[in-house]
Amino acid sequence: MNPQDRKYFVVGFVVLAALLYTARLFYVQVVEDKYKLSASNQAFLYQTDYPPRGAIFDRNGKLLVFNQVAYDLMVVPRDMEGCDTTGLCAILNITKDEMLKRLARLSGSVEDASRDYRSHIFESQMLPELNARLQERMYKFNGFYVQSRTVRKYTYPIAAHLLGYVGEVNDAECAANPYYKSGDYIGKSGIEKGYEEYLRGKKGFQIKMRDVHNNIKGSYQNGKYDSAAVEGKDLVATLDADLQLYGEQLMQNKIGGLCAIEPATGEILALITSPTYDPNLFVGRDFSKNYVMLVKDSIGRPLFNRALMSSYPPGSTFKLMNALIGLQEGVLTPATMYPCAHGYPPLGGKPKCHPHGSPTNLYGSIATSCNSYYSYVFKSILDNRKYKSQEEGYKAWRQFVLSFGVGMEIGTDLPYENKGNVPTPEYYDKVFGKGRWKSITLTGAGLGIGQAELGVTPVQMCNIICTIANRGYYHVPHCIKTIEGDSSFVQRWTKRHYTMVTSTAAYEAVIEGMAQVMTNGTGRAVQIPGIEMCGKTGTAQNPHGDDHSVFVLFAPRVNPKIAIAVLVENAGYGAAYAAPIASLMVEKYLTGKVERKDMEQRMLESDLIHKTAGTQKKVSH
Amino acid sequence: MREKSDRLFYNVDWLLVGIFLALVVMGWFNIYSAVYDEQKSDIFNWTRLESKQMIFAVTSIVLAFSILVIDATFFTATAFYLYAGVLLLNLIVAFAGAEIKGSRSWFKFGGFSLQPAEFAKWATALALAKFMSGLAKPNMKQAMGIAIGIIALPVLIIILLQRETGVALVFAAMVIVLYREGLVPGWLLLIGLISVLAMVVGIKYHEAIAFLVLIFAGLAALRILMLRKKTFKQILISAIAVLYLGGLMFVSSKVIEKMPEHQTGRIKVWLGLDVDRATEDRFGYNTKQSLIAIGSGGLAGKGYLDGTQTKFRFVPEQETDFIFCTVGEEWGFYGSAFVVLLYSMLIVRIILRSERQRSDFTRIYGYAVASIFLFHLMVNVGMTIGILPVIGIPLPFFSYGGSSLISFTVLLFIFVKLDSQRLLILR
Repeated sequence: MNPQDRKYFVVGFVVLAALLYTARLFYVQVVEDKYKLSASNQAFLYQTDYPPRGAIFDRNGKLLVFNQVAYDLMVVPRDMEGCDTTGLCAILNITKDEMLKRLARLSGSVEDASRDYRSHIFESQMLPELNARLQERMYKFNGFYVQSRTVRKYTYPIAAHLLGYVGEVNDAECAANPYYKSGDYIGKSGIEKGYEEYLRGKKGFQIKMRDVHNNIKGSYQNGKYDSAAVEGKDLVATLDADLQLYGEQLMQNKIGGLCAIEPATGEILALITSPTYDPNLFVGRDFSKNYVMLVKDSIGRPLFNRALMSSYPPGSTFKLMNALIGLQEGVLTPATMYPCAHGYPPLGGKPKCHPHGSPTNLYGSIATSCNSYYSYVFKSILDNRKYKSQEEGYKAWRQFVLSFGVGMEIGTDLPYENKGNVPTPEYYDKVFGKGRWKSITLTGAGLGIGQAELGVTPVQMCNIICTIANRGYYHVPHCIKTIEGDSSFVQRWTKRHYTMVTSTAAYEAVIEGMAQVMTNGTGRAVQIPGIEMCGKTGTAQNPHGDDHSVFVLFAPRVNPKIAIAVLVENAGYGAAYAAPIASLMVEKYLTGKVERKDMEQRMLESDLIHKTAGTQKKVSH
Repeated sequence: MREKSDRLFYNVDWLLVGIFLALVVMGWFNIYSAVYDEQKSDIFNWTRLESKQMIFAVTSIVLAFSILVIDATFFTATAFYLYAGVLLLNLIVAFAGAEIKGSRSWFKFGGFSLQPAEFAKWATALALAKFMSGLAKPNMKQAMGIAIGIIALPVLIIILLQRETGVALVFAAMVIVLYREGLVPGWLLLIGLISVLAMVVGIKYHEAIAFLVLIFAGLAALRILMLRKKTFKQILISAIAVLYLGGLMFVSSKVIEKMPEHQTGRIKVWLGLDVDRATEDRFGYNTKQSLIAIGSGGLAGKGYLDGTQTKFRFVPEQETDFIFCTVGEEWGFYGSAFVVLLYSMLIVRIILRSERQRSDFTRIYGYAVASIFLFHLMVNVGMTIGILPVIGIPLPFFSYGGSSLISFTVLLFIFVKLDSQRLLILR
């Protein structure tokens, strides 16, 4: 080849090399993303500022929940290379083995830990002394850093279920809401969960630039992408801390739920589940230990919020409902008389009844809690000629019941509400067969007297009493009155929910009956002198053992200030435990003090959890 | 004619001058960004690199125009003397220079230092042009030994006495000159290329060498069987080829372990061989950081003075050998592709101008200049984008340093001057 022609090879080589290099540049700079990611990880420090969570006050301005500073030791397992683990273990007083186990648990496995770039809480809520000791040698602990946090502190050891608690987010919560990152805190139950968005505030973010020696070199783009943390909002709860505390004392050593509501507003004054626990147990380093301890109590189940989540048969308190529906439907008047023969005569004395004067009118039936009277009433509602069939009658009855907020989520501001249960016609089709059940079947099952499959939570039970106290409507029960800086919030609960029982006369008739309960009926022992009260006892049969003691009450009769529902599990007659507790609560709330010291003493001292269970006659009272 | 050619810048290739000025100016702005510090940056503070580089840049531009004033015959006449002088300087520095990181290649004068090895590039190019252009055509092949000697002498001094392997490697680029002049046949270059590939394969897959040799042997045997009628000579050549490549692979996989630690480390990291974390951090760090800086530039870059990887010193040696990272990070793909394009234009332009010469001297010199620029471009940019292992040589006109900037200017402008007088020189 002529040497002159070799220039083409040389030029060709140069052009080829230039093209190859340009292609490689295109790949590195435009196609491949990993370098951009590495660059931002290296040169940017993403800082998060955690705002203090909002405080919670009771209705009288008493501070219930506030914050204190704690220090979380955070770890990014991937960055741990070169960490002085021995020194760290010595300070934390754990073994190296324990440390490795903990890391493996945080990251999923030992192998994952070396790749895991997420932040985890390695040691939570350390005291200032421990933090100070760590800080001295922090530069040796690669991959670890301390994040100062605020943790919850509770002024009184009360209302654990209502207030809820705060814990580290889990994977599901992270996945559900991109706001949360691994290691963040979130409200787990109660108000803390229901009002999480208000309480948490807004995290602040900062992007700092750092050089190769980890020195901070200022904000990225002069802070264009930074945002300041916004403090959580303070909440004022509807709770009355004194009443709540008193109620928890009365309920101690008993299993059950209690709900007290101001009927005119729907504000929850006290919401008690027993047994309960000190909310401070769920703060700090012993969280897990305490949690496990409480979970292990399988009899008391202290973590179970019975007042809101447990559906109980309402027993005789449900007779009020049937009376209201009967009156509204015109199948019952206050003067209607029905006989009782220690039971419901048409079914040969079933459901059974206890000895009382017979026959009675409406008032007497409420005061004496007559089972056969309400079996008649219930059957007459279903047999109403205006409905084509008894099944249609049942459907109508069911709609009436639902309009009182039973059998559905009532819509409180607390998470995990139980719906309760009002059986559907389809359910009975399944149990008895289509077309094979009649009004008499259900009457026999006990729907007239609040038994059978009926299920009502204490909150729903109390809401029914509020509706009666209000003569026809309720406000959705709620536990937050106002939110700092949110003036429109108070509007949220002003809506009146009217039930399908619209006749004021019906309510007045039932209220008269409830008043007679207190003056000469089953509740006369717990009448507070000088206050006109309206109550109803219940003794709820249940498949789990002795009858539940139930009592509902509102007072005063005119312009009611408080409605209350109390259920004590397996405690027998309604008058035995639920009635005195409800009555003492009302006395405390309305008069500010308790005069009936004997009754108070008896309730405070009685211990039903550790008693030996005795057999009791299963008769509604 | 005469009057015209008497004018000072008669027939100067202004395109080359323009590319040169563009590269120098862009280079300086890039250095300014690479060492940028909001508080300290100051063009007139002579302890700071951006000021020093400004002096070098101004000096080299002045030098460039001074060379245009000198008559080209000065370089053709004094080529051997300049070569000898520069070699002498290199010898002196090897014994009297300041020792930096185990090598003795720098003279120190106060705040400035000088690396004579940089000058060896244009001096050797001149000497090679002088020697080869003086030969009568038929004798060229016999003179190959001397030509290689002219190239090898500075290499030996720089590697053995100064211990500066990186700078010396550039002389390998002269093979392009020898190729163009017909001293090296194409097949030899091809064998060279295949040999380098064989060495890379040998190092990367040393466990598999035997396997590869077997495959080669098998292919060779297949070929022999297919061409049964062919002679013993072909069998012999095939056998030798297999033995040569297999042997090369084997030897290179062994030699790599005997090389200085930093070279072994860089090559292993470059080839993605299994190395322990410490080795990877030590020898892979530069490339990794360089790729992150360039890669994070994206399509359009982060903007001038806004590069985080380079400004916050994640990339080591960023104002010298890794200056291309600043281009890549702040100007993105557009900027870095433009710089590559500019260099390619410079190199191709030099080659095309060289081919138009009547004078052998200018053509040979021009090829030497193009080869040196090409080598620097490919090796320097290649290492920053992970195509080649880390070899410490500068990017012409961009990397910080007076010696390299001035010698590249001299290298280029001697050619510009020779080229401008192509009508006068007849040799």
